[in-house]
Amino acid sequence: MKGLGLGSLLAGYPGLMFANTDTDSRLVLFILRGAMDGMSMLVPYGDGNYSALRGKLALASPGQEGGVLKVDGLFGTHPALQHTHELFQQKQALFVHAVASPYRERSHFDGQDQLESGSGENNFRRDGWLNRALQPLASQQGNEQAIAISQNTPLILRGSQAVTSWAPSKMPDAADDTLSRLESLYAGDPFFSSRLRQALDSQEIAGDMSGSKRGRGNKQKQQEELIRATAKFLSAPNGPRIAVLESGGWDTHARQGAANGSLAGKFAEIDMAISMLHRDLGEAWANTVVMVATEFGRTAKVNGTGGTDHGTATAALLAGGAVNGGRVLADWPGLSASNLYQGRDLYPTTDIRSVFKGVMAQHFGLQGKFLDQDVFPDAMSVPMMENLVRA
Amino acid sequence: MKYRWLCYLISHDCLFTGEKMNFDTAIAANRFGLGARPGELDRFEKNPKTVLLDQLQGPSATPAVLAQLPASDKVLTEVLEVRKAQRETKKMVGEGQIPADVPKYGKLVRSYYIDQAGARFRYAVETDYPFHERLVRFWSNHFAVSADKQPVSALAGLYENEAIRPNLNGSFLELLLAAETHPAMILYLDNERSIGPGSMIAQPRRKRRANKRDVGINENLAREILELHTLGVNGGYRQADVTAFAKVLTGWSIGTDQGRFKAGTPGAFVFREAAHEPGSQVIMGERYQQGGFDQGVAVLRKLASEPSTARFIATKLVRHFVADDPPAAMVERIASVFLKSSGQLPEVHAALVQSPEPWQVPLAKYKTPEEFVISTHRAYDQVPGRMNIVIAALEQMGQMPLRPGSPQGWPDTAAQWGGADALYKRIEWANAAARQVGSLRNPLQVGEWSLGANFSEPTRTAIRRAESVVQGTTLLLASPDFQRR
Repeated sequence: MKGLGLGSLLAGYPGLMFANTDTDSRLVLFILRGAMDGMSMLVPYGDGNYSALRGKLALASPGQEGGVLKVDGLFGTHPALQHTHELFQQKQALFVHAVASPYRERSHFDGQDQLESGSGENNFRRDGWLNRALQPLASQQGNEQAIAISQNTPLILRGSQAVTSWAPSKMPDAADDTLSRLESLYAGDPFFSSRLRQALDSQEIAGDMSGSKRGRGNKQKQQEELIRATAKFLSAPNGPRIAVLESGGWDTHARQGAANGSLAGKFAEIDMAISMLHRDLGEAWANTVVMVATEFGRTAKVNGTGGTDHGTATAALLAGGAVNGGRVLADWPGLSASNLYQGRDLYPTTDIRSVFKGVMAQHFGLQGKFLDQDVFPDAMSVPMMENLVRA
Repeated sequence: MKYRWLCYLISHDCLFTGEKMNFDTAIAANRFGLGARPGELDRFEKNPKTVLLDQLQGPSATPAVLAQLPASDKVLTEVLEVRKAQRETKKMVGEGQIPADVPKYGKLVRSYYIDQAGARFRYAVETDYPFHERLVRFWSNHFAVSADKQPVSALAGLYENEAIRPNLNGSFLELLLAAETHPAMILYLDNERSIGPGSMIAQPRRKRRANKRDVGINENLAREILELHTLGVNGGYRQADVTAFAKVLTGWSIGTDQGRFKAGTPGAFVFREAAHEPGSQVIMGERYQQGGFDQGVAVLRKLASEPSTARFIATKLVRHFVADDPPAAMVERIASVFLKSSGQLPEVHAALVQSPEPWQVPLAKYKTPEEFVISTHRAYDQVPGRMNIVIAALEQMGQMPLRPGSPQGWPDTAAQWGGADALYKRIEWANAAARQVGSLRNPLQVGEWSLGANFSEPTRTAIRRAESVVQGTTLLLASPDFQRR
């Protein structure tokens, strides 16, 4: 298996499960906040009930104007996901559909917490599953293995393992001498000292990517800058191997649009981000998995304001040179009235944690036992999804 | 005994005078208030609790900087007209240029946004009622709207002034009603076009006027009232209750003098009977048979009186004033005051002051970026010249004013604000601020009048050893003493 280094040799020795592992494997996780409409990311155009349910929001079949990009007889990607579709055809992307966390209510905030904490149905953990998974991945240099491309650390990366964060700055740098005096002042206060240390480590790698100092810059430029920085961090020899980015604006209650419109614009952003990572990671792309996930999906039927409301099952995407792609992994429940969850939502048939487990096991060599006991302790009965990553 | 022992550790001065270190004044100004201005700690000296309670009423007249802001109905009407005209012009010119004399929507809303962000920031820096203003900000964050959605960006500051600020002297129900009937909230949560399927508007029209528009219910407002404004996510409601409540709220909309459904004052709240779903609704086992607007009021009245609501609000208040992990005993106490007083806000707020828990040291709350920047301006008695720069700095630190990005509002825990990069941004800002004002004042003095008893010996030492007054100022502002409240 690729990129496991020391870890694979030690696989048979449970006592050495937590040996430090340097890895070539990279993971970029996009958390889409606001409940992304999975049925518009990977469109079930071939499902007989789709058009009637979605009315004016329904995307057209492949070949028609504004139609989906064909994946198979049932599914096609949103037309804005052009690069992603190309990756799919090159077997470097796969989709998972009708997937959800165990969360069955409809609060964004609790849903996101559950997605990020990897909790089960009945309890909420306060740390992130990805943070728990970092334990065996601590690099020998002691640098943080994971970075949040954001000022603050999202729940998925919070916990006992040290991580760092970075976001572009438009302010002049503080002098080194001032910073070192602050390090002394913070010495007795772990909350401050640990964060300053992490920030200084990131600043070293980010180098002069200090953000355009003129004006606010437009949104697309800002996004490009974040992606460029992500690629730089993941390519740096002593840098992190896991990056988490967040994207908002997915809560399309009104005027969602179909082939064009607000949601199409969001898909175009994600597609561009994946395309830029592909380009900027260079050789490292072959060892990369990009994962796109959201807290839950949206209603099967269009609502009264040209949008959709909070639902249940949604879609997820894996893209990257390391992905065993060109497939849709879905136990498709269908969209007939009797097959909708609570008569309104796409029915969840796969637990997203099985995808997470699969990626962490196959891409980073984490042991099944460790994943079951430490990373996803509430998901013992959730089977790991196999063959997500190339051998 | 406790105070004198701490004296020996903290300050040479105490060794000599043996004076009791008064943490209460620092707490009153920095935890309950917005950060001490020069001389403010002295005003608290005699009886900090009484001084705070006196602030609860707020100023007797609307402060000038806020009074000069325009009314939200006028602003909303104006920006919608400009947006419409701009879209029509764009259709006409197609790929061509929009003529220079056509007002630009984006520029207009941004100038309103900056005016409002500036006015409330300036007031926060100048006010002699900082405890009241902190409560205004708490409640406008509880009933959050966000300026990243159009056209709410032109209204968010006005919403705070019109719906929140004047309504802290009565009951929670009054505040709740004011918030949920303000056009900013109606727009933010998409209720203006929520139409009951059985309502007059929804009935099929004559065949020859084919109706291209989807009409139907939008659940967003109903859900967020239950989940975020009253009961809280564990308050015991189910999906069916959300749907029923959404039907109750159909018709809660915004006035317009154009089109088929004109009603009310343009840009102001109107109850549009023609959009309202007729009939009774059952929510959490209770049947609401009232007609029209009263139906929604009745539901809100019930929600405001629920123990879940009292507990949810109490938890948030205690988290805000005491610690990220709110002490259970105080939450119980505040919830009980809430229920017993039928949600009278002055009593609930007074109970915060009268509880022992917020008066304890060490400081447990990590300041948000806004709190950090406001308290710095107060410490230096500096009103910002150009609000754009403050807004840009706050955006860098992750808290662009009036833009929490979701109806949940800004978070209130160190875990959520305490990213490594966020701290680094604060240090950079402290550095930039120090360059501007650092040479005007001795940072040791600023630390004294702003932090009082919480100005610790390690911080004083670091400042004394700084290579320049400017560097000393950076160290003061970036110190854990100043970063916490």
